[in-house]
Amino acid sequence: MLTAIANTEQVDQAGAIRRLRRIRSSKNETRVDMKEKAAANDNWIALIEKVRDAKDRAAFAALFQHFAPRVKAFLMKSGAVESLAEECTQDVMATLWTKAHLFDPSRASASTWVFTIARNKKIDALRKMRRPEPEDLTWGPTDEPDAADVMSLRQESAKLSAAIAKLPEKQRELIERAYFGDLSHSEIAEVTGLPLGTIKSRIRLALERLRHAMG
Amino acid sequence: MNDCATLWGNDMSDVKHHLTDALLMSYGAGTLREGYGLVVATHVSLCDDCRARLESFEAIGGSLMDDVNSIELSEDALDATMALIDAAPAFQTRKIEADRVLPGPVQDYVGGDLKDVRWRAVGGGVRQAVLKTKDETKVRLFSIPGGTAMPNHGHRGLELTLVLQGAFRDEEDRFGLGDVEVATEHTHHTPVAEEGEDCICLAVTDAPLRFKGLIPRIAQPFLGI
Repeated sequence: MLTAIANTEQVDQAGAIRRLRRIRSSKNETRVDMKEKAAANDNWIALIEKVRDAKDRAAFAALFQHFAPRVKAFLMKSGAVESLAEECTQDVMATLWTKAHLFDPSRASASTWVFTIARNKKIDALRKMRRPEPEDLTWGPTDEPDAADVMSLRQESAKLSAAIAKLPEKQRELIERAYFGDLSHSEIAEVTGLPLGTIKSRIRLALERLRHAMG
Repeated sequence: MNDCATLWGNDMSDVKHHLTDALLMSYGAGTLREGYGLVVATHVSLCDDCRARLESFEAIGGSLMDDVNSIELSEDALDATMALIDAAPAFQTRKIEADRVLPGPVQDYVGGDLKDVRWRAVGGGVRQAVLKTKDETKVRLFSIPGGTAMPNHGHRGLELTLVLQGAFRDEEDRFGLGDVEVATEHTHHTPVAEEGEDCICLAVTDAPLRFKGLIPRIAQPFLGI
């Protein structure tokens, strides 16, 4: 009897170890994934800077190859027919070129910045309403974003991506509906479980430094 | 206040009433209706906290777009885009007057600053100006003399009121520069402008206001409120 209990405990223990290993390995995968995402973001930032500083067409072509198909998919998911999505994607990518000097990697990842351009295009082309825009906080001619801010934002963005990837299917679906278009603002419930607090405080810090530089 | 206090959008530590997550998220997602979007854009121009919150909601969009199943473009898309770039006019920064009362987003709708607003008297010294939107949201600027009460009213939909100058109080709270009041159909209130300079507010509804008194109700269709 005692042995039986002991055995069960052993079995349980073995199970627990297996479960722990599984959790650890999935954590490792997430970590690898996060590292890859952060490294990819560094690459996109460098390419955007080349477009901004040197009007580098090869750098732009690389950005185009990565982002344009995603922008097109986003626009089609939001309700654009293919021909319109194609046309709008070209506009979005052209805007990336003309507004490259406004990109601030201490406040947005490259993907997030491209997303905001695509979102604006979606409003202009699909919703045909006026689009009220906040005042820009632009860099002065000599200011560069703080390297530590860029670094922490890249980590927080990667964490956020990992958290979204791990959401239960239903919650993920809800967030997709909110962003791809058919949830009204009153239907949007609180977004729980996403590490938005930390990313917000990083951006807040970057804004403070920017204000300080402008003052 | 820090040394940037003369700039708009400074560290407005005085802002007490902020935007809700739902409003920021739908603005970030690009699904918020125009009038409410104007309140969000204006508040964000005045409040770094909400700007940071908005940018974190935009980060969700960036993540989602990163993981979307991509759809290839036509073969000549890159060339066509390069042609667009070559033909594009030089980028122009938005011009916003110095020493202004109205933040940039509101100026875009007015076509100038406070002095350019085309007011209409609506009685009791209160003035209003309707700012045109392309959807069914209704946007107005109100100018309420210090110490004056607005007619007691309720709402059928969502009403957002953002203070651009001066302050007002209702039964519950005080709203100063940059503050947003979020009122729903359950809110029935009588806002009173604080003594001092005129209180200038941006107010957005998606349905006509519901006034309690008979006279405002008769006047309502004529006043367009």
